[in-house]
Amino acid sequence: MSFDIEHMATLARLKLTPDEKVRLSGQMGKILEYIEKLSELNTDDVEPTAHVLGLHNVFREDEPIAKPLADHNPISESPAHNKGHYEVPQII
Amino acid sequence: MHRTTITQARELLRNKKISSVQLTEAVFTRIDQVEDKVQAFVHLTREKALQQAKDADARIAAGEEAPLLGIPIALKDLICTKGSRTTCSSKILDQFVSPYNATVTERLNQAGAVLVGKTNMDEFAMGSSNENSHHHPTMNPWDLDRVPGGSSGGSSAAVSAHECIAALGSDTGGSIRQPASFCGVTGLKPTYGRVPRFGLVAFASSLDQIGPLTKTVADAAIMMNVIGGKDPRDSTSADVALPDFTQALQKDVKGMKLGIPKEYFTGGINPAVEKAVQEGIRTLESLGMQTVEVSLPHLDYAVAAYYIIACAEASTNLSRYDGVKYGYRTEKSDSLVNMYENTREEGFGEEVKRRIILGTFVLSTGYYDAYYLKGQKVRTLIKQDFENALEQCDVIASPVTPYPAFKLGEKLDDPLQMYLADIYTISANLAGIPAMSIPCGFAEDLPVGLQLMGRHFDEASLITVGHKFQQTTDFHSQETPL
Repeated sequence: MSFDIEHMATLARLKLTPDEKVRLSGQMGKILEYIEKLSELNTDDVEPTAHVLGLHNVFREDEPIAKPLADHNPISESPAHNKGHYEVPQII
Repeated sequence: MHRTTITQARELLRNKKISSVQLTEAVFTRIDQVEDKVQAFVHLTREKALQQAKDADARIAAGEEAPLLGIPIALKDLICTKGSRTTCSSKILDQFVSPYNATVTERLNQAGAVLVGKTNMDEFAMGSSNENSHHHPTMNPWDLDRVPGGSSGGSSAAVSAHECIAALGSDTGGSIRQPASFCGVTGLKPTYGRVPRFGLVAFASSLDQIGPLTKTVADAAIMMNVIGGKDPRDSTSADVALPDFTQALQKDVKGMKLGIPKEYFTGGINPAVEKAVQEGIRTLESLGMQTVEVSLPHLDYAVAAYYIIACAEASTNLSRYDGVKYGYRTEKSDSLVNMYENTREEGFGEEVKRRIILGTFVLSTGYYDAYYLKGQKVRTLIKQDFENALEQCDVIASPVTPYPAFKLGEKLDDPLQMYLADIYTISANLAGIPAMSIPCGFAEDLPVGLQLMGRHFDEASLITVGHKFQQTTDFHSQETPL
């Protein structure tokens, strides 16, 4: 099957090197060929499993909770920040 | 002193035969002796550990009792520890300092544990050899030319080399059990939802689970008592009563049924590994367990279903690493999108990129039904296989891996071959059931693990069977050449 590595890299926001593109395309081809195995199974009447314990919505009371990071300024973790704001390259 | 188990160390501390400071210093002396060779750790928290040990000694002197009071423990470097680095062995998180503690870190602190440091791993827990670490590889203490397994290979190597008394790891497709098997230690992946994952860096959220790597099953029971139980901060953690797992150590195995899945003993398995596992099963029979043949017919499809689901979840989980909020950012950028792309290209290693690409593909327009949905349906079939099998038996026994620890570099060039080696472990993650690896023998002088799998939330039966096995055998107390 054809594997469009350029398109996948764009969707995944990865700037792959030319070498990586060649190598990953080849490996993906082999992996997907192996995964094709699943088509041997008829799963028309099988429900998909997204969560093994069958949990659905888990709610809590709609009440404010104590600030978990009260003593920490998360913006200080940013690799580029200025005056309490995140800094990014120009967008428009 | 560093060779003690949790069970032994607790006794020595309680009877004032040793102090926690002495024990902690002994562990760090051991680290100083062997860490150059093993390289199990990403970083050590020596000063903090000694302070925690002093505090523990004061609490012991005051007559306090806590399950891990004064015991040196290591954490896999994807579990958040407030104020110290949590790198996930990735360049993209290399300088990340956790702003809060994971639930399990809080619980270890409350239990009085001394945290010695953070252990090496495959980047983002993706790998089976620890060779995918951004920092350095870790070596197997049994043979320094071989891998310790992965992705919790730093934790398994540290426990087997006595660089800590016990450790925590995480298991998405075998990442606790396979390195436990390769390093000759006990590794338990609890039921999905048993241990809260708040503060665990996410890989594949429907599969990830935190668990202990220990020198004995009895120690695993003590660790499970500390880390198990619901935390509302992880909405996927299950609201199921937590038993006292140390009670399970007192039970007998006579009359319990041991399921032997016939599909796990065909083709591809190293004969010496198979022999050790079969002998382990015979030992359990001699202890009064009744063996029954069971069938897990969809085993052959587990690897394919797993890599679809795990990579799909990884590609979404890892989209958060964008160079904006925390972590690494590229120097080379002239636009926002270009900054994202360069940051992720430079920040992630090759295996991580491979899985992001595969995950992006199986979720992309036109391929979602054929791959992702199909994978989830096959997951249902695998889960049903285990439910059926576990109606006929209490515990299933199988190999953990098809072969013992391999040489560094041996399998790096062929990712598919590396994935296929996970065949015996990943089904338990897809089904969400608990599974444990215990040492059951040797192949070519390398440790071999026996896998025990049980019903949802029945870790207790695995502990009962595993402990009985360790009371009869001495594979778990064999020492590495180090």
